[in-house]
Amino acid sequence: MSTTFTLNGQKVTLDVTDDTPLLWGIRDDAGMTGTKFGCGIGLCGACTVLVNGRATRSCITPVSQVAGAEITTIEGLDEDGQHPLQKAWVETQTPQCGYCQSGQIMQAAAMLKDFPNPTDEQINQVMSGNLCRCMAYVRIREAIKIAAAEMRGGVQIQEGATNE
Amino acid sequence: MIKRIVVGIVGLVIVVFIVLLLLAWESDIAPQSPPGAETFSQERIDRGRVLAGIGNCQSCHTTDTDQPYAGGLAFETGFGTLYSTNITPDPDTGIGQWSQEAFNRAMREGVSRDGSHLFPAFPYPHFANVSEQDLEDLYAYTMTREAISAEPPDNTLRFPFSIRLLQAGWKLLYFDGPTLAGDASRGEYLAEGLGHCSACHTPRNSVGAEAEGQDYDGALINDWFAPALSAKQSTPVAWTEDELFLYLRNGVSVYHGVAAGSMADVVHQGLVEASDEDIRALARYFHDINGGGSDAQAASQSATAIRTAQERTANSLSRGEALFTDGCASCHYNNPDEPNIMRPEMSLNSSVTADDPTNLIRFTLEGISDEAGIQGVVMPGYAYWSNADLVALFEFLRETHTDRPAWDNLEQRIQALREHAGNGKE
Repeated sequence: MSTTFTLNGQKVTLDVTDDTPLLWGIRDDAGMTGTKFGCGIGLCGACTVLVNGRATRSCITPVSQVAGAEITTIEGLDEDGQHPLQKAWVETQTPQCGYCQSGQIMQAAAMLKDFPNPTDEQINQVMSGNLCRCMAYVRIREAIKIAAAEMRGGVQIQEGATNE
Repeated sequence: MIKRIVVGIVGLVIVVFIVLLLLAWESDIAPQSPPGAETFSQERIDRGRVLAGIGNCQSCHTTDTDQPYAGGLAFETGFGTLYSTNITPDPDTGIGQWSQEAFNRAMREGVSRDGSHLFPAFPYPHFANVSEQDLEDLYAYTMTREAISAEPPDNTLRFPFSIRLLQAGWKLLYFDGPTLAGDASRGEYLAEGLGHCSACHTPRNSVGAEAEGQDYDGALINDWFAPALSAKQSTPVAWTEDELFLYLRNGVSVYHGVAAGSMADVVHQGLVEASDEDIRALARYFHDINGGGSDAQAASQSATAIRTAQERTANSLSRGEALFTDGCASCHYNNPDEPNIMRPEMSLNSSVTADDPTNLIRFTLEGISDEAGIQGVVMPGYAYWSNADLVALFEFLRETHTDRPAWDNLEQRIQALREHAGNGKE
């Protein structure tokens, strides 16, 4: 059995069983390992990717369910790794161990489409399915607000700006 | 003397039996060789295709999408299992030998070409309302499909329900022929005729007829719950005509949720070619039936429901609340004043507010594919969650997101749907 979908702009056909989780198709068969395995039951958010632009937990999504869909992973969010969220993540030095970060960023990218100017409450509600054992939540919230501002065209982040 | 009485009674019984047999007996209609495609104008075939969609024929008469209309879909009833028939023009296993006359009789009277009675799982009591012209167009479409040789499995109805002749008695009790008045609206004609909406949305009585006086009160059918469309609907936002139109046209209403389960076929395959005018007519008809919500009220009803649910959620310390916040809110959280159609709002969702939890259980276990629901959006299934967690989640949703009474036996129902629908054991 094979399933075809678009992964970060490239058409890929995976020769896997229909019930193979999308996560393993992306990591093991397509070789993109930016997306992480966390809990395997859709409860931690580490495996979040975009399916047709919507945040989706890839560990519980069988490949058969995304046949023909457009999948975006952390590798494809911005070809230069310069998505406003990625820049803000660097600026605020958000990650600590970093394991959950690709899932956090993909979830945040989807959220900003629905909530372009998110309040703390909205960020807490939408991001609460993405767990971070290093407790980076405060910096995650801050980074999301910085990125949201840039995406709305309000505040531009200076190129090369970093925190020491 | 006694002998005479006995003979008289036996004689009477025989006479009554013969009269009943004659009443029940239907003759066969001579077979024909399948009509060639050139018999029908393209215009008729095209009209027939739209009508077949409104009738949603493909949904029941197709098991494999590569073999459309070849039948074989199982219907589990209280009397045993029925399988839909092959309605392609194959002369041996389909209806290729059926003349227009035989086709019309089946549609309007529930009698097969060979004279045997059809079971009312085939909704001929509705199709009795279909016009001559529409039947001719449907026939043209059906007879120009690819002939597929496929014999559906034999029905496994228990004796005596397997005796087709007994269906004559059922018809005597429950079948009155056409039910529509001459001045029926277009919406009523479509809904009560080809659309056969009440075949799923009206509860059935003990012998499988639509229960009298319970029109559109909602019913469980083939492991999906068809919600009430009557004034008995339990939605926090009353359906408006516009929302009904959007739902039937696009398969999603911001105030009610998405068309999924068997309704996904109705919207995304069946009604897809129906005109906007016909969809509007259906919306108007159901808006009249349900007592009618207004656009002005909808927004405030919605905001109240969402705000109330969020307040109760914030005050909940239950396991279900933790699961919802962690597993569901990322996609389902909304601003109370502007729910996002792409983020189905659970306090407004029919699967949460309905009288029966079947749809909520199945959507959660199986997910919703990008072909059903909102086109392009995938909800994965959460079958990996334990029964205990699912019970906690559903109880939480029911308690905080609705004002409806709690559901009974959630754990058993979850387990049964896991086993039945092949959703994996806990």
